[in-house]
Amino acid sequence: MPNILVSDPTLRDGNHAVAHQLTLESIETYAAAADAAHVPIVEVGHGNGLGASSMQVGQSLVPDREMLIAAREKLTQSKLGIHVIPGFATIEKDLRPAIDIGVDVVRVACHCSEADITQRHIAYVRERGKQVFGVLMMSHMLEPTRLAEEALKMETYGAEAIILMDSAGALLPPDVSSRVSALVETLHISVGFHAHNNLGMAIANSLAALESGATIIDGTARGFGAGAGNAQLEVLIAVMHRVGYETGIDLYKMLDAADLAERAIIPVIPTIKSTSIVSGLAGVFSGFAKHVDRVSSKFHVDPRDVFFELGRRGIVAGQEDLIIEVAQALSAGELRIEAEKVEA
Amino acid sequence: MTIAQEKIPVAIIGTGNIGTDLLLKIQRSPYLDCKLFVGRNLNSQGMSRAVALGVPISDRSVEAILETPDAFKIVFDATSARDHLRHWPLLKKLGLKVIDMTPSHIGKMCIPAVNMAECLNAQNVNMVTCGGQASAPIAYVIGKTQKDVEYIEVVSSIASRSAGPATRINLDEYIGTTESAVQEFSGAKSTKAILNLNPAMPCINMQTTVFAKVVNPDMDALKVGIEAMVERIKRYVPGYSLIVGPIIENGRVVIMVKTLGLGDYLPKYAGNLDIINCAAIAMAEAFAGRKISFEEGSDA
Repeated sequence: MPNILVSDPTLRDGNHAVAHQLTLESIETYAAAADAAHVPIVEVGHGNGLGASSMQVGQSLVPDREMLIAAREKLTQSKLGIHVIPGFATIEKDLRPAIDIGVDVVRVACHCSEADITQRHIAYVRERGKQVFGVLMMSHMLEPTRLAEEALKMETYGAEAIILMDSAGALLPPDVSSRVSALVETLHISVGFHAHNNLGMAIANSLAALESGATIIDGTARGFGAGAGNAQLEVLIAVMHRVGYETGIDLYKMLDAADLAERAIIPVIPTIKSTSIVSGLAGVFSGFAKHVDRVSSKFHVDPRDVFFELGRRGIVAGQEDLIIEVAQALSAGELRIEAEKVEA
Repeated sequence: MTIAQEKIPVAIIGTGNIGTDLLLKIQRSPYLDCKLFVGRNLNSQGMSRAVALGVPISDRSVEAILETPDAFKIVFDATSARDHLRHWPLLKKLGLKVIDMTPSHIGKMCIPAVNMAECLNAQNVNMVTCGGQASAPIAYVIGKTQKDVEYIEVVSSIASRSAGPATRINLDEYIGTTESAVQEFSGAKSTKAILNLNPAMPCINMQTTVFAKVVNPDMDALKVGIEAMVERIKRYVPGYSLIVGPIIENGRVVIMVKTLGLGDYLPKYAGNLDIINCAAIAMAEAFAGRKISFEEGSDA
């Protein structure tokens, strides 16, 4: 059985679940626990990554710089990772200072069909001699062969691995297998997978990815993450060890870290709420959940209708402003969402 | 009534989406005449369009312009920020007016609906960015009508198909230049710009949201100001419209505008191409002495 590289974005994806209000103390607490459990990569930051603190997706309580410095001090064995989306984060304002602070792994992300916007950021990280992965978000929106083409572009830019994200929690295990297999067959570099649990598939999808040749996997303590949350890391590690994959992670200490996270940093453990199910069915980015709830209540519209309309329009991560337009149009009676859409 | 006058001779450097769309718009202008269309690749789609229109072409880029500098009054640079850094000193020496379509941020930033008159004396005007043309005038109104503007953020979504390779490689410059323009035109203490590419089919229309953090916002004055500004922009970008707001949501002032293009080189969804090009044409016509009138009902 191959060794699997585990990347833990509890302190990044989890920020979505608290409207980007993670405290420095939470970051220090969990980073130290994950480090003690030998988690290989601990990802830290705003939910949408470096430079993303904004009115569009939510402003961080703690600036990027302070989050990274705090985590850096607590990580002795684990590598410090960040998520970076070109269009939000620039090299000069954001990436250069982050690497100066001591980030080890940079995951440069884009919507799954737009790999060419990552070229400069990926090349810059290589120049600085740090590890760089390409991330294709919302990977349910592209068929396997097209995904592999985009992944190949990132490989030519210098990415050392490609992570497929099921950002909307929309995929089922066979969809994951076909996508991961297409990348494994096409690329010369490692392939990874990042699950969301909107349809209750996070662990099963992660396992399907591993069986299809993925060697990097993401998971978070108690599933702390956007929408219905991520693959629950302590479960994932237990399952991987049972199947026979090596992770290098100390299970008892990982269970301790997850218990600590529940006590100290997670206000509400993620569950699959009704709107999360709809978000997964509609294929809408999990990070939209809190915004859709808030805006729907302001405009007195059904958040489920908002999700289906956003899905119909093919809205991507980063377009949170469109929620207001859709809610306004629904409230004014300009749109009719038919119940049959649920079958689509 | 105006006396029939000679059209002003212009040249375009760059034969990509921006340059080719400019060429098509100039063909319609009663005041501008494109005498030369230059780039690096004679086989580009833009070159074929120019040949079909009977416009002289060259693959020697700016060097072709330098050979007959007296033949032009205005040069549009639709290459890239990096190339413009090289072109500007050459064109400056010749005394040509330069309209910079790249986010190089060298010349005076120009948003016709806001500062056209002030730009008339500049030799190099910078057309900011597509998102800047859509958002900076709104930010200007926020600055004018509100007392304490702490922060303005502008977010544009454009169709993937409308973003050519130069746009994609220049995202960081797009962000920096848009943020500077929003700051300069609004006086906000800090600003942020975000750009999203959306691959949905059929292609999405260009849409821009302006968020602001304002202490005690005066929404009535803002509404009046925004509506008047939208009308001014429509004088040169007919497809520009207000679709949301101004409203307050979650402590944010929110205004959304949509920009439909004229469908010249790219289809109508590519409002991003149109808004910066229409602004550039309006400025070039102003240089030609045909300044657009923003007064109600007048037609310049």
